[in-house]
Amino acid sequence: MHTGLDMANYSTNEFKNGLKMMIDGDPFSIVENDIVKPGKGQAFNRVKLRNLKNGRVIERTFKSGDSVEAADVMDLELQYLYSDGDMWHFMDTNSYEQYEADEKAMSESAQWLKGEEMCEVTLWNGAPLTVMPPNFVELQISESDPGVRGDTASGGTKPATLETGAVVKVPLFVEQGEIIKVDTRTAEYVSRVKD
Amino acid sequence: MSKQWQPCAGQDVIQLRSDLLGKIRNFMNERQIMEVDTPALNLGSIPDSNIDSVSTSLSLLGSKQSFYLHTSPEAYMKRLLASGCDSIYQISKVYRDAEIGRLHQPEFSMLEWYRPEFDHHSLMDEVKALLSTLGLDNAERNSYENSFMHYLDVNPHTAPLSDLQSLAGNLGLHEESDDRSLLLEFLFSHSVSPNLGQDRPLFLYDYPECQAALARLSDTTPLTSERFELFIQGMEIANGYHELCDVNEQRERFENENRRRIQNGKAEIRIDEYFMNALQAGLPKCAGVAIGIERLLMVLSGKQHINDVMTFPIKND
Repeated sequence: MHTGLDMANYSTNEFKNGLKMMIDGDPFSIVENDIVKPGKGQAFNRVKLRNLKNGRVIERTFKSGDSVEAADVMDLELQYLYSDGDMWHFMDTNSYEQYEADEKAMSESAQWLKGEEMCEVTLWNGAPLTVMPPNFVELQISESDPGVRGDTASGGTKPATLETGAVVKVPLFVEQGEIIKVDTRTAEYVSRVKD
Repeated sequence: MSKQWQPCAGQDVIQLRSDLLGKIRNFMNERQIMEVDTPALNLGSIPDSNIDSVSTSLSLLGSKQSFYLHTSPEAYMKRLLASGCDSIYQISKVYRDAEIGRLHQPEFSMLEWYRPEFDHHSLMDEVKALLSTLGLDNAERNSYENSFMHYLDVNPHTAPLSDLQSLAGNLGLHEESDDRSLLLEFLFSHSVSPNLGQDRPLFLYDYPECQAALARLSDTTPLTSERFELFIQGMEIANGYHELCDVNEQRERFENENRRRIQNGKAEIRIDEYFMNALQAGLPKCAGVAIGIERLLMVLSGKQHINDVMTFPIKND
């Protein structure tokens, strides 16, 4: 499964979007690859790369024909099991292999997870580097003040705390105890979920 | 039904190409430059560390022979000049392996012409006149050195290697290099050429010695060669030389290019010995230039991708 191990280097002619490689000790993913070739001159690959640890995008230029160390990075669909307070535990439902993600890897994702969700986990050297929650989650509202009719100053919304601790804005008619659908990419309320 | 069989270029661009070739031929006729035709197949080629020939093999009279498809008609046209032809031009398909992208296709069209007695400046005058007939007026010119200094504030010919290295590093060249030519090419293609010819066509002349290719070295401007290029909207459109006529220097450069090829893990190119013999016999003093027809069409049609001006390009996807 660790496909990175049997090909330690990538040549520039293998460059394509999504390819993972090591730059200055960090894992990066190619987001754009342009070839610059003067008629009589050296060809270069001008590449935009996203740092998989912090999301920052850098630009680098490689002499075409050079090779770069591959990053041992892969994306897996893992099931979230539980948090012990320090670490978040995930499992590969095919192999039953378990993985521990730290707070840094979890970043904003932890607030959407209560258990059993399938998450996209990026592993670097076998350990979770980033965790993406499902695009949509359904969570119960644990706390929200009753809406006041005619209150337009707040834009017709009010804050609601969900069972996982996340806070989202919901319409005034949504009540405590209800289950709602949330888009985790925008942290926005989508709809009420009817049982 | 899939539309995949249709040409990439629209009917308007197909017509534009026809008009362009007509105008070029008129221009050449008026100046009594003769159209010639030379083969695409060649037993030898012009060694260039950065250009890969397409090779093919033919079964001829019971034996296999390998040929290169020409990367430009230069060698054959210079053999014609050495044999006594005066001013000549050719519009031909040329082939370069592994070149594909927004500005590249492995098979493309080249207009190439040669003018005995011209130097690179008088040939720039003539290219400028051709551009005017195509509605691309007021081409200006600048030296490579001036342009380089304008955008990078460093002299390409005299700057210490370490200055070029640190500048290249700051601009994102991944691997350190002690190859001056490579550093210049990176800096030029990264920070200079994208800015050139944005308002009107721009000729850049007096390229560094290490990028002389087949141009003679300058007697008047140290460290430069009598080579020029034309840029329009940041695109390299033409490449021209006050041609090198010295057979020994030419062979030395070819051998040097082949050494660089081997260093880079590329196959050595068989030198075209007929071409070397022609130089030995005597190539008249002349200047020559090659223009990429498709890139010119991109300028004339406002298309941003070479595929959009070609009928049936090879596609990436």
